[in-house]
Amino acid sequence: MSGTKKLGLRQRYEHMTRGLDWETTYQPMDKVFPYDQFEGIKIKDWSAWEDPFRLTMDAYWKFQAEKERKLYAVLDSFAQNNGQTGISDARYANVLKLFLTGVSPLEYAAHRGFAFTGRHLRGSGTRVACQMQSIDELRHVQTQIHTISHFNKYFDGLSEFPHMHDRVWYLSVPKSFFDDARTAGPFEFMIAVGFSFEYVLTNLLFVPFMSGAAYNGDMSTVTFGFSAQSDESRHMTLGIEVIKFLLEQHPDNLPIVQKWVDKWFWRGHRLLGIVAMMMDYMLPKKVMSWKEAWDIYFTEAGGALFQDLARYGLKMPKGAEIATAEAEHISHQNWCTFYQYTHAAPFHTWMPDNEHLDWLSEKYPNTFDKYYRPRWEQWAKMDKEGKRFYNGALVQLCQTCQIPMVYTEPGDPNTICFRETQHGGQRYHFCSDGCKDIFDNEPEKYIQAWMPVQQIFQGNCGGPTVPDVLNWYNLKFGVDNMDYAGSPDEALWNEWHADKVKAAS
Amino acid sequence: MSQLASITLMQNDDARPVIDSIIADNPGVKILTMPGAIKLDCEGKITVNRASVEERLGRPWNLQELHLVLISMAGNLDEDDDYFTLSWRH
Repeated sequence: MSGTKKLGLRQRYEHMTRGLDWETTYQPMDKVFPYDQFEGIKIKDWSAWEDPFRLTMDAYWKFQAEKERKLYAVLDSFAQNNGQTGISDARYANVLKLFLTGVSPLEYAAHRGFAFTGRHLRGSGTRVACQMQSIDELRHVQTQIHTISHFNKYFDGLSEFPHMHDRVWYLSVPKSFFDDARTAGPFEFMIAVGFSFEYVLTNLLFVPFMSGAAYNGDMSTVTFGFSAQSDESRHMTLGIEVIKFLLEQHPDNLPIVQKWVDKWFWRGHRLLGIVAMMMDYMLPKKVMSWKEAWDIYFTEAGGALFQDLARYGLKMPKGAEIATAEAEHISHQNWCTFYQYTHAAPFHTWMPDNEHLDWLSEKYPNTFDKYYRPRWEQWAKMDKEGKRFYNGALVQLCQTCQIPMVYTEPGDPNTICFRETQHGGQRYHFCSDGCKDIFDNEPEKYIQAWMPVQQIFQGNCGGPTVPDVLNWYNLKFGVDNMDYAGSPDEALWNEWHADKVKAAS
Repeated sequence: MSQLASITLMQNDDARPVIDSIIADNPGVKILTMPGAIKLDCEGKITVNRASVEERLGRPWNLQELHLVLISMAGNLDEDDDYFTLSWRH
């Protein structure tokens, strides 16, 4: 660059973004931006916002186009070369089922959320960053659907993903998470999704889990994962800049922001329990345990972050210690739940084999042999005797996170944790102090939640019996659900491998 | 308490000169290799220098090309035409 008269990155960014905001004259500014005051956040100077990436719109389109070209070249060659036959094991496809039904629709929700938030914040720097993120999120949902559509040609449980996202009992967990964020004000949305979720927690999903996709031979998924994550670095920067900006603007913002950080850390921690289960139980070849990932991405990275933010008076999220203790339990307790309810979920389950049990014992020396291994061995034995264990009861749900009440008391893994609150003459149930606190702060919001089990009992889900409800989910019994052993997925996989052995001999 | 500045890159041919230059320019860098990805951690601060990448690549390199191979990062970002720094220092 030396010797030329080209502008530097800083000047270029300044010139390209200068004058993007103005004082409106046809209508007062407060009518044009009606949502950025009711939350109590005080902003003295929007121009103090700076985007450290300094990515201008022209550079954004150029790099995003390049990322897309690279991604679609991989998707195309994966399909052309029948990459689905080269994955580690057909069990792997079940993580894609959870991803497509549970995660991809959240990308779309994030797209809408950032479009709304970008529209309703009055600073031009934030608006540009939110606009880019909104477009990114739309790209993510599209590339994920394109990638996984190839697997849909061969494996069950994928074809009804948007329908299922709106209806299936456990998918109300991710859906309600984003509904909660998107129905908050624009500043809370930024702290919820931009900071708490993107900066503090998404690494856990997109780094070790996507590395797991690579390790299991799914080069198409790892490519969309890392392609999405390259946008995520920009999103993380938006998240950290927004929290610094709010804390620098006015001291009154601190208690409001702290409350949001506490809330959204806990909501995010509960949501990611499903990723814990994917990593510890569903990836046939494992990269690292959930506990190891938690240590790297929350204890170490989150620790560095909150140490930095301490200069503004911000504290570690309430519940951080409990969440860290739960990292030794959560994947086991979730898999335990899905194993019992395998008939009601559109993916397959299994009991870990001996090698897998030994890996879990090694990775979870404090908890696995003591609390979970005996249960898995007992269930495997019952299955062998023709008495495979199913739980026929409908579960009680936590009113906040909507997860069944399956988690245990902090420090006492033999007792289920129950909390309750009385509100307006009704009793509401919670899985933890974290979820109870969230409800107690905003009961009028959470009493409106669409609770899947209550909806079934009220007759809004196709009928009173399990087959009625599964039919309403568009779930094909004996195809999409139940154990991997005996599934059409398994039969197809065995057929492919018999063909390979035949071809080799 | 330790405060690691961190950058995670894809493990591919486009990223290799960037990875090599980070390792050369940041003494004490810790490396975590995962399938498909590499996480580079350094106490307090970690930098990518444009000149250092260009030396290995043998062609001019725009620092924003980093976006094509970046997976994740930790630290406060400071980016210019010549460097990309993540830091917890103020």
